[in-house]
Amino acid sequence: MTLLAEQVLNGLQFGVMLFLLAAGLTLVFGIMGLINLAHASLYMIGAFAAAWVQGRTGSFVLALLAGLAAAAATGVAIEVAVLRRLYARDHMDQVLATFGMILFFNEAMAMLFGRQPLMAAVPGWLGGSVEFIPGVPYPVYRLAIIVVGMAVAALLYGLIGHTRVGMLIRAGATHREMVRALGVDIGLLSTGIFGLGAALAGLAGAMTGPLLSVQVGMGDRILITTFVVIVVGGIGSVRGALAGALLVGMVDTLTRAFLPGLLKSVMVATEADAIGAGLSSMAVFILMAVVLLVRPRGLFPAHG
Amino acid sequence: MTITRRAAIAAAATLAAPSIVRAQGAAVKIGMITTLSGPGGYLGADIRDAFQLAADTGMFGATKVELVIEDDGLKPAQAKQIANRMLKSDGIKLFTGIVFSNILEAVAPDVLEEGAVYVSPNAGPSSLAGKNCHRNYFVISWQNDSLHESAGENATRLGYKRMYLLAPNYPAGKDAITGFKRFFKGEIVGEAYTKLDQTDYAPEMAQIRAANPDAVFQFHPGGLGIAFLRQYQQAGLVGKIPMVLAAPSLDATTLGAVGEIATGMDVTSHWNSDFDNAANKRFVAGFTERFKRMPTYYASQGYDTALAIAAALKSANPGNAEAFRTAMLKADFASVRGAFKFGANQHPVQDWYGLRVEKGADGKLALVTKGKVLTNHGDAYAAQCKL
Repeated sequence: MTLLAEQVLNGLQFGVMLFLLAAGLTLVFGIMGLINLAHASLYMIGAFAAAWVQGRTGSFVLALLAGLAAAAATGVAIEVAVLRRLYARDHMDQVLATFGMILFFNEAMAMLFGRQPLMAAVPGWLGGSVEFIPGVPYPVYRLAIIVVGMAVAALLYGLIGHTRVGMLIRAGATHREMVRALGVDIGLLSTGIFGLGAALAGLAGAMTGPLLSVQVGMGDRILITTFVVIVVGGIGSVRGALAGALLVGMVDTLTRAFLPGLLKSVMVATEADAIGAGLSSMAVFILMAVVLLVRPRGLFPAHG
Repeated sequence: MTITRRAAIAAAATLAAPSIVRAQGAAVKIGMITTLSGPGGYLGADIRDAFQLAADTGMFGATKVELVIEDDGLKPAQAKQIANRMLKSDGIKLFTGIVFSNILEAVAPDVLEEGAVYVSPNAGPSSLAGKNCHRNYFVISWQNDSLHESAGENATRLGYKRMYLLAPNYPAGKDAITGFKRFFKGEIVGEAYTKLDQTDYAPEMAQIRAANPDAVFQFHPGGLGIAFLRQYQQAGLVGKIPMVLAAPSLDATTLGAVGEIATGMDVTSHWNSDFDNAANKRFVAGFTERFKRMPTYYASQGYDTALAIAAALKSANPGNAEAFRTAMLKADFASVRGAFKFGANQHPVQDWYGLRVEKGADGKLALVTKGKVLTNHGDAYAAQCKL
């Protein structure tokens, strides 16, 4: 039982991470109609900037800010310089261009920092673990990620649901041309949204650093899962991104933890381990397929 | 990447050697397909750099070699394409470089079918070591299982009775678990396959804590191992449940990255930077001076691969695969790991050592050789190989 509780927390933490990435991706896709593979690079840039600043100053708070700022600045820069030209283009062109940017940023990071993984330490005041569920010592740092992620979700909810900017974002997601016709500077709005999404990706990267290793190409792997999240949640919807992220995080973590064990009760142990591992890697994609069958536009579609 | 530093001195030195008929000026092209990007990037970089070091320090003697290096990006399909281009357009007959077993399994059949030679500086999957062994396929590093057989033997010697095993779900991961079990005498309380691209191991940590084994054996090469060890510490398992590792899970680079966490961990390897032989001293000194970092065992294998190829090229050309094979099998080179010979399946027969992470005299953590774990160790598949 305590094991289940711990795994649920792990699932929640993974889900929150995915949400930070998915929120930006889904907004950009929903409003600008842009498939931005380079989102993975923004995550990586956030992680590298944070690890570097933390190595220099020793301050984790500064590192987080640096990660946010670097990713947001890069996001705005690529939006203005490149992506703006792609909004009206075919999705295939966007995929090609943004994939090229992944290659560019991967090589750039390799030149700046080398291919050997960078290390970021968990700050002292977030180190260790707490036993807030008896018998389950859980790392404080992972709890902090859950808290930050939830806070970001609440902020986004407030921003999108209850402010004028949020209203424009929602309107832009539904009728981009109509919003433009009403005299809103949609270019500026796009850049702003893009910067916001990039900052969230940078935040995710900066927070991941102390957990995983910071290395070239680190974002490419999580990008696929992030796309699964936004498809499950409904493209363009932040609420959907949150629901999708938590669902995907839970399904992935729990199947990885418990599927081999469950299979062992019906088959030979070694086979159960191998098949369990295979099935749990597929679990999120099976989830996506099921969601697409039942609700082809995702759980919380944004467009009317 | 042409090796140009071969000077007249080197040429003069070989004048005394028995005359070898060779078209002057035509360099032997060596196709190096390796992983230079992504989390496995530093593994390929170490192999490439050490190979280049051997070439630049005159190890190839009078033979002119041209190294053609390509990054496979850890993608089997990409590696296959590169191999086919090198085979068909560049006419390359000699290949090396591949780090990961799944890439090698994709590339080797193409290379071998074309009559070209492959010399492995790292991957040695079981699928190519037994009845599918090949006359033109050589492994300088090890058969995958051996790494983990030595760890299994080490765990038995260290007195652990109940072990928890983890490895990524890919050919080398399965070889790891099989190899460990073959030599470990105690009980396996749990086995988990992770994803090769996984970097968050929180669920696995919880499973380990619940199983509470005597020790953990895990196989996570490169950046994966760093993430694993750090999360092991964050989960509060360091100091509680010891770890027995094979060389790939803790090399000089990962050690530098994880630092104190690794103190006291047991590792088995066929090579270590502190080995006391002339070839190794020259290699370690040359590598650290040129690249300003400690060589990993990947680098040692890249270097040995260069030496083995260089020794064979002295008397044969890969264009004549049979003659080249005879020359390769002599293994007439001073390996940085000491004794080296090929077994029946053209995989190494070598000694394995127990290492432990300790503070050196300079206060820095280092892998320190503790003693021999296995002597003249071949592999379990050689018997099925009929060449």
